[in-house]
Amino acid sequence: MSELSTDLNKNVMEEGDSFWQGVKDCIPTLLGYLSIGFAAGVVEKTAGLSMIEIALMSLLLYAGSGQFIAAGMIAASHPVSAIIVTIFFINSRHLLLSAAIAPYFKKNTTSKNLITGALLTDETFGVAITHAQSKKQLDYKWMLGLNIAAYLNWALATIAGGIFGQWIPDPERFGLDFALPAMFIGLLVLQILSQKKYFIDIIVAVSSGVIVIAASFFVSGSAGVILATILSATIGLVISKWR
Amino acid sequence: MSVIIGSAIVTFIPRILPLVVLSKLEIPEWGINWLKHVPVAVMSALLASELLLLDNKVSIQENTLNLMSAIPTLLVAIYTRSLLGTVLVGIATLMTIRFLL
Repeated sequence: MSELSTDLNKNVMEEGDSFWQGVKDCIPTLLGYLSIGFAAGVVEKTAGLSMIEIALMSLLLYAGSGQFIAAGMIAASHPVSAIIVTIFFINSRHLLLSAAIAPYFKKNTTSKNLITGALLTDETFGVAITHAQSKKQLDYKWMLGLNIAAYLNWALATIAGGIFGQWIPDPERFGLDFALPAMFIGLLVLQILSQKKYFIDIIVAVSSGVIVIAASFFVSGSAGVILATILSATIGLVISKWR
Repeated sequence: MSVIIGSAIVTFIPRILPLVVLSKLEIPEWGINWLKHVPVAVMSALLASELLLLDNKVSIQENTLNLMSAIPTLLVAIYTRSLLGTVLVGIATLMTIRFLL
């Protein structure tokens, strides 16, 4: 009972960070993931998945690049074990995202952090970490609103892709394939502007870009992203110690 | 079906593990400082792969239109600081370029 009343108090105090504010803060990411989700649904359908399997992929796996790769490998009849190992490597970058966001959720219970983590994606991470710039802690309910909006948007988009995919001609004509890079540009710029450490941030950003491109000659794309993140974050740490 | 459940489990674990464990620990200061660089690092890596790679191979030619669209998108992001505005301008720019060319 006392937990309930402190919850209510917190609610009144942090009205700006309510569940619905989280839902609203998700809106800029919806278009990008609608189009990618739609495409994922089309690919999964063509790979021979049933509508129930498409829905389960989005509700349980819930990871864009992972679902594309899984569909491709299922279509090419790779063994189950190979698919699972590949998906693990592709999605292991979430380790870094989850670790980077952990300090902002210190005051929450383990079960709340479990839910926050289970729904963490590149996009909700990007929105949350930008939102966190001005504060020490992130509100669980706000994060839940953000995560659930993204989750439902993704599930509906993939299901729509599975159902209507074959009748929609060329969505690229409307520039929708640029929604995702545009979102990353926006998140990156907002992040750099809000931290006001332009010198270090630009060095980190450029080195991460260079490393991921260089890595593409040697390792898979997802390993390249992890490698670039670890190395350039380390470069950032070293430079901040020097100055 | 076993593919879906298996992949879901190996995706779930790296997502929740640091949040559940690290939020209970006192992370040393250098660890926090390192983690503070992760957002810019990971976003840049994802953006560079989106803009310059195709099937994990460097391909400027295939990405020319996207690279052109990135310039006004970047400027809008800097001047408006609006995520939604940035996404909409980006989409509109690429659509316009495709229409004109």
